[in-house]
Amino acid sequence: MNQFQYARPSKPQAAIRAVAKDANAQFIAGGTNLVDLMKRGVMTPQKLVDINRLPLNKIERQNNGLRLGALALNSAVADDKLVRERQPLLVQALNAGASAQLRNMATVGGNMLQRTRCPYFYDTTMPCNKRAPGTGCGALEGINRMHAIFGFSDKCIAVHPSDMSVALVALDATVLVSGPQGDRRIPFADFHRLPGDTPQKDTNLERGELITAVDIPDAPFTRHVSYYKVRERASYAFALVSAAAALELDGNTIKAARLALGGVAHKPWRLTAAEQVLVGKPATEATFRQAAEVAMQGAKAFKYNEYKLKLAPNTLVQALKTATAA
Amino acid sequence: MKPLQKQIGTGMNRVDGRLKVTGAATYAAEYELPGLVYAVLVGSTIAKGRLASLDTKAAERAPGVLAVVSHLNAPKAPGAKPAGKDPSQPQTVGNPLAVFTDDKIRFNDQPIAVVVADTLERARFAAGLVKAQYAQEAHQTNLEANRPQAFLPTQAKKNPKSPVADYQRGQVDAYKTGALKLEAEYVIPTEVHHPMELQAITAHWEAPDRLTLYDKTQGTMATRRDFAKQWGLPEENVKVVATFVGGAFGNALHSWPHESAAIIAAKVVNRPVKLMLTREQMFTMVGYRPHTWQKIGMSATADGKITAITHEATGQTSTYEEFTESTLGQTRMMYQAPNLTTRYRLVALDIGSPIWMRGPGEATGAFALESAMDEMAHLLNLDPLEFRLRNYTDQDPERNRPWSTKFLKECYQAGADRIGWSKRQLKPGMLRDGDWLVGYGMGVGTFGAHRGASKANAQLLPNGTVLLQSAVTDIGPGTGTAMTQIAADTLGLDPAKIRFEWGNSSFASAPTQGGSAIVNSVGPAVQEACLALKAKLRELAAAGNGAFAAARPEDVAFADGHLTLNGNPAARATYADLVKQAGGTAVAVDSKPGPDGQKYSMYSFSVHFAEVRVHPLTGEVRVSKLVSCADAGTIINEKTAGNQMKGGAVGGIGMALMEHAMIDDRFGRYVTKDLADYHVPVHADAPAVEVFFVNQPDPHVNALGTKGIGEIATIGVAPAIANAVFNATGKRVRELPITPDKLI
Ligand SMILES: Cc1cc2nc3c(=O)[nH]c(=O)nc-3n(C[C@H](O)[C@H](O)[C@H](O)COP(=O)(O)OP(=O)(O)OC[C@H]3O[C@@H](n4cnc5c(N)ncnc54)[C@H](O)[C@@H]3O)c2cc1C
Repeated sequence: MNQFQYARPSKPQAAIRAVAKDANAQFIAGGTNLVDLMKRGVMTPQKLVDINRLPLNKIERQNNGLRLGALALNSAVADDKLVRERQPLLVQALNAGASAQLRNMATVGGNMLQRTRCPYFYDTTMPCNKRAPGTGCGALEGINRMHAIFGFSDKCIAVHPSDMSVALVALDATVLVSGPQGDRRIPFADFHRLPGDTPQKDTNLERGELITAVDIPDAPFTRHVSYYKVRERASYAFALVSAAAALELDGNTIKAARLALGGVAHKPWRLTAAEQVLVGKPATEATFRQAAEVAMQGAKAFKYNEYKLKLAPNTLVQALKTATAA
Repeated sequence: MKPLQKQIGTGMNRVDGRLKVTGAATYAAEYELPGLVYAVLVGSTIAKGRLASLDTKAAERAPGVLAVVSHLNAPKAPGAKPAGKDPSQPQTVGNPLAVFTDDKIRFNDQPIAVVVADTLERARFAAGLVKAQYAQEAHQTNLEANRPQAFLPTQAKKNPKSPVADYQRGQVDAYKTGALKLEAEYVIPTEVHHPMELQAITAHWEAPDRLTLYDKTQGTMATRRDFAKQWGLPEENVKVVATFVGGAFGNALHSWPHESAAIIAAKVVNRPVKLMLTREQMFTMVGYRPHTWQKIGMSATADGKITAITHEATGQTSTYEEFTESTLGQTRMMYQAPNLTTRYRLVALDIGSPIWMRGPGEATGAFALESAMDEMAHLLNLDPLEFRLRNYTDQDPERNRPWSTKFLKECYQAGADRIGWSKRQLKPGMLRDGDWLVGYGMGVGTFGAHRGASKANAQLLPNGTVLLQSAVTDIGPGTGTAMTQIAADTLGLDPAKIRFEWGNSSFASAPTQGGSAIVNSVGPAVQEACLALKAKLRELAAAGNGAFAAARPEDVAFADGHLTLNGNPAARATYADLVKQAGGTAVAVDSKPGPDGQKYSMYSFSVHFAEVRVHPLTGEVRVSKLVSCADAGTIINEKTAGNQMKGGAVGGIGMALMEHAMIDDRFGRYVTKDLADYHVPVHADAPAVEVFFVNQPDPHVNALGTKGIGEIATIGVAPAIANAVFNATGKRVRELPITPDKLI
């Protein structure tokens, strides 16, 4: 680990200024991802700006929706009465992530900004365009069983590992950001990026921009929801593939649907075309299969992740079945 | 006086349980010696070649750094040979990679330097400043690609009777001409032990020729021998302390590069040095269960009698040590097969050396053999339990002699009843629970009931406590507790009055904790030491008291502060007097295996029954029930023994469903580097494991009747799960682990 300076401001503006003016400064929240990466020399900030004293941990009703403060803990969000009543899909996604101990440290903002678990990104002796632009993509012809089937480029085939973000993209959330130029709102679907030629950039945040909150609009997805996560053990593992499904049912007819996949792309993968397939149809396995087929259009696999071409649609179907039965 | 309760067979609480749960137990990295400093290893980033240059200047200048040691400046350990094969040694070669002896790189992450600093953080920071340049050579890390280069192990070449030599009874490869036959290949990947406690050592040169090591090791005597030899010291000048070991599963059965490095570092800075590996380094330099390819050919008659088996295995080893294990042994003795061929080969790769991992080769071999048994039963349309019964062996078909004891049929019965085997359908894919497919499978395990020579010391202290000492380690099975129980029953003494001390090479010599042999070996030594102590006390008492002179040792009884005689309440001899007399009561015994090992084949046996649920869409597998039954001789402590069985079963779940260390062959480097991507079972993966012990003594192994538990707890679990997955889905997975991608 490199040596670094440490600051702990109590006002958002001070934190933003500290990071905006210093290209080697970095916010730190729960530290569950950043500290790991620093220990391995993957990230080497010269200055850490600890944001835990900023008043950003509230969970509240706001403009026909819920507002989650950026510093609200993953466990606090998952246990919150309002969230449980109104956004059970998010609760399921949060509880599918990491372990209870980690969720007690991890924050909403940190979770969105956690970095890929691609092993080539983690090993500083190996090529990785995300960590060291221009060195090549180690995964492209390497051990790529965990890697993307959508939206990748020849520079990077890593996936975004967050479970929470898969639910948030499905639920049409909005990210609230404060920066040196003022405040702005970013639709969740536009928050994370595809790798293109600049995989070193995970998101569309600019230097110094601080996530202050996430807004989730009210929606009728309070019952028929499922976050189905397939992993190599029953708990405490990143997804091979995960699927978020939220349905509004009228009898057995689907009135509205939200779908997203995790573990398949550089960002949480919203499936709007597949959602359209579902609307107005009966909630049957046949319908779900049609939607899954549409969802998989354009998917392409590498040497070791061929299985995802089958696992992803199957997981989507299973999530829809579970959501319907809920 | 209330008669004492017999301790053997009960579930006596662990003697060190309180120390462990309160954090008071001291592990290798927790000895805060005065002047202690910290060492961090720098590893190579190529798999093969030479160090062209090593720039340590920045590291040396970094704050707090005391030394940067490499092949450029390391003091020569007089007995340290450069790494290389030492064919004089059987099995794994007792020539561990001696670090810093030359500029050769033999595997990726091989230690090329060690940085010592006054704090761990400063040592780690400085380690990152060491820069190496390499002259790289082409490396080989892929077993499959190198199988054409497989060779017969040196020890087999020298000795055709070696357990890894080719074996033949009846006709060679007779299965090929069988009417009903199968031929299948099975693969297990590299698996890594990953005990919770990282490998650690605190090395302290107490004088230029006196070395004390607080070390994570399974054998204090073996570690003492290795490093005394490396430094050209008399063995008594080296002391190895391993009082508490936080799990090992085999990875502390060998001396490793980091131990050599810490000792060299301590020599250079002339202060005690602590070195603990990182989880990442646990993959690369302290052994693993080797990636192994196997092939089984089997033929049987229509009524389910096996006519021939050929079992071949090719395992991976390093370029500098020939590691072999008994992958094929059980195939030669488990089933009645008149024609039997085994062939064992090695492939040397540019990876660190493997080492035995729980159940070792037998667990690897059992995956192939027990899967093949299931495949053959399916071909025959026979219940796999019935198929095994039709090929049951009442005596050892390999050596043509009787078993010392074998109660495997009893295990079959108990396990079948407990798992609900009658629910199993012959045809796969027939049972469901909601969305999930349900299946049942079984797998058999066996392991030699080994007993080695062991010493033990005992003495009575003036306060009426009996102190016993043995160099043996307790890596978690509860050795200290079992020995206390054996002593309590032998002496007729309350276990609270017994202090069994272990884990120190200064104590009476004992074998390395491994191969399920410790209760078999140290147990009788403790028993004999207690008998000798009783005899000595009677003798001492007799000198002052005629009643004792006439008594038999077994009538000597311990009371508060004095000895009494059963049947003679008047006779008494106080402890204080006995100890004063003759200046002490210490006895020492040297306990050796008897001659029965030549007449009988001695094995522990187990069978595991698994019930699994498989999700047909996602390929997720959940083990919903596991029943493990063992014929392990006398059970000394039903709680710690049960704990061994459960832990072994959970290890088997890991082997079956998730453990897989992956290397990117282009770089010859592991891509699985921590416990987030090398998966071991979590609680949610482990069902309640039901355990059954036959608990029949084996009179031939030792006087206690024990046979050993640790290995058979794991051997056979992985195939039981694989067979259950087949029964649930009709899909036969022959390459572990059984991850979702292989089932959808
Ligand atoms: C063993 C392990 C298993 C895990 N398993 C899972 C899993 O199964 N599923 C899953 O989803 N996650 C998993 N995680 C990841 C975990 O969810 C993240 O580490 C956590 O959510 C990060 O939150 P944090 O607050 O600790 O972030 P930090 O580590 O503090 O920060 C992460 C990044 O976010 C930036 N940042 C933090 N807050 C803000 C803010 N308000 N504004 C701008 N930038 C900010 C930091 O600068 C840093 O770059 C796992 C982690 C571990 C260690």
